[in-house]
Amino acid sequence: MNTAEGLGVEAVHVWRGERHVLKGVTLAIRPREALHVSGRNGSGKTTLLKVACGLLRPEQGHVTWLGRSISDVRSEYQHALAYASHEPALKADLTALENLRFMVGLKYRSNGAELIGCLERTGVARCADLPVRVLSAGQRRRVAMARVLGMRAPLWLLDEPFTNLDAGGSEIFAALIAEHVSGGGMAVVVAHHELVLPTAARRLELPG
Amino acid sequence: MSATRAMILVVARELRLSFRRPDQLLQPLVFFLIVTTLFPLGLNLQLSLLKDMAPGVLWTAALLSSLLSLESLFKGDADDGTLEQLVLSGHSLTVIVIAKTAAHWLLSGAALVLASPLVAIALGIPVAAFGTMFASLVLGTMTLSWLGSIGAALTVGLKRGNVLLSLIVLPLAMPMLIFGAGATDRAISGMSPAGALYFLGSLCLFTCTLAPFAASAALRITLE
Amino acid sequence: MWTWFYRLASPPFVYRTAGTLTPWFMAAAAVAIGYGTIAGLLFAPPDYQQGDAFRIIYVHAPSAWLSLFAYTTLAVAGAIGLIWRIKMGHAVSAATAPIGASFTLAALLTGSLWGRPMWGTYWAWDPRLTSELILLFLYVGVMSLRAAFDDPGRGDRAAALLGIVGVVNVPIIHYSVVWWNSLHQGATVAKIGKPAMPGSMLWPLLAMFLGFMCFYGAVLCMRLRGEVLNRERQSAWVREAIQS
Repeated sequence: MNTAEGLGVEAVHVWRGERHVLKGVTLAIRPREALHVSGRNGSGKTTLLKVACGLLRPEQGHVTWLGRSISDVRSEYQHALAYASHEPALKADLTALENLRFMVGLKYRSNGAELIGCLERTGVARCADLPVRVLSAGQRRRVAMARVLGMRAPLWLLDEPFTNLDAGGSEIFAALIAEHVSGGGMAVVVAHHELVLPTAARRLELPG
Repeated sequence: MSATRAMILVVARELRLSFRRPDQLLQPLVFFLIVTTLFPLGLNLQLSLLKDMAPGVLWTAALLSSLLSLESLFKGDADDGTLEQLVLSGHSLTVIVIAKTAAHWLLSGAALVLASPLVAIALGIPVAAFGTMFASLVLGTMTLSWLGSIGAALTVGLKRGNVLLSLIVLPLAMPMLIFGAGATDRAISGMSPAGALYFLGSLCLFTCTLAPFAASAALRITLE
Repeated sequence: MWTWFYRLASPPFVYRTAGTLTPWFMAAAAVAIGYGTIAGLLFAPPDYQQGDAFRIIYVHAPSAWLSLFAYTTLAVAGAIGLIWRIKMGHAVSAATAPIGASFTLAALLTGSLWGRPMWGTYWAWDPRLTSELILLFLYVGVMSLRAAFDDPGRGDRAAALLGIVGVVNVPIIHYSVVWWNSLHQGATVAKIGKPAMPGSMLWPLLAMFLGFMCFYGAVLCMRLRGEVLNRERQSAWVREAIQS
């Protein structure tokens, strides 16, 4: 399996207390590929994403980026990835734009106009100056996706990005993922149900 | 993207978040005043006798109210998922911890120092000792913020973590209490507080150089 | 040489070794404590200043020493578990914590009993006893932190970190308490120090130190076996060991 061009997860085992959550999971992503990770509740989908991000160290196995272990290239790897967790990861007391400015600003000198452009692409430009506290769950999800767009990262790790979205939102997200992948990016998307992903998307089903 | 710029961004965010919730900013301060009031009420002493106890009362009150605000150092970010984003920001977690702790001190410790003259007068501390009192409080609250960041990082996400936080941090903070109150006490009695202040200063330096590493290691452990 | 080190990290090896060591430690402890008690109670002369009350030093001083030694062991074992990810390090750390806390309590109780004839009161904020009290708080903190986590692995690692932070602070705490005490106590307060020691007093004391260390070793081995069984209860060798 060629992992020199992208993300590689090899024979990863994770125990949560007594439960053997991930049993020797292996996967590889190259540019222009999208991976759809599915499985029942408790099958370890979120755990797998956290291992891929480097937030969780597996008891066995390792994760590589461009052929090198992520613990060796931590800073570069973190610059190359955008992680969207199950929660939208936004400060409720800041406005949508302030949230984006901060998170993207840690990586690049951000341009306010560019960030508003990201908000437009996910359909919540009018929420830019509203505190996140007053936004609905679906709007928060869209702001979180705008953050992912703003990070300009080649690798997207998305945990249940379609939660709380209406049909229009789901279409927009699927189109954004497709556009990202066809433009040379990589995406690992965890989702329960059947997705409308690019037809080239591979599927990884985690046994429960 | 330099570490300094990242720290400025984090501190700015912390300040902005706190000023959006001014009530939470004031609560530890009010707690400080309330605790100080408990002692004269409970002990029923005249002002001249209270003066002997004043440094200890002042310091205990400062310690307890700093502990209150410590719980929220990482908890807010851990609850809404932004802590993970900070870990993944590409910056060293130690740098982020330094920035958050510095912001926390600015909002709690510095506020305590500014409020201390009120309390000092209420407890009968002579104005001549104020200089030492300020110096010892600045050094002591800084040390407590750093020490507390380790405890906060270890207990983030635990149920009733604030009780455990106090249990962990208070014994480690006892030297600081001893030297801080001791310095103020010596200043009140007219003796030189220099020795105690130097020790307090070295304790502060020691803690602020090592604590961020311990706190970021603790955060990685609790985030797993 | 590295194979020896890896064997040290293997749970079955630790289990068996702790089992073989226990009776030796116990025997040595019995001999040393037996000699120390008899010689200390019967043959050592009474102290000219403190009379017979000083004899409690034969229990107090070793307890205090062991409380510090156990905390250091807890911290070092936890550090080994944290840095090299050797799970047996965490097992040793978890096993030693309650033992150390018990020694601290023993030191406090015997110190307090000793204080009664000395100061006329059971507690006088003597610097050494105050340091012991703070050490007890540190023990309670580590044990509570370990127990607070649902995931035992995270609990072990968090407790290990706290142990390291604590062990670094122990000398600082001790020095600051001594300084604090020097401010407030006059020179007339008799300290719980070691009185001038002729041989007949010293040898039993050294024997008690040795005996307590061996006793600690024995109890640690016993608790460690229990810890190892509990932590490895899912594995095959444990099932065989229990059935045999």
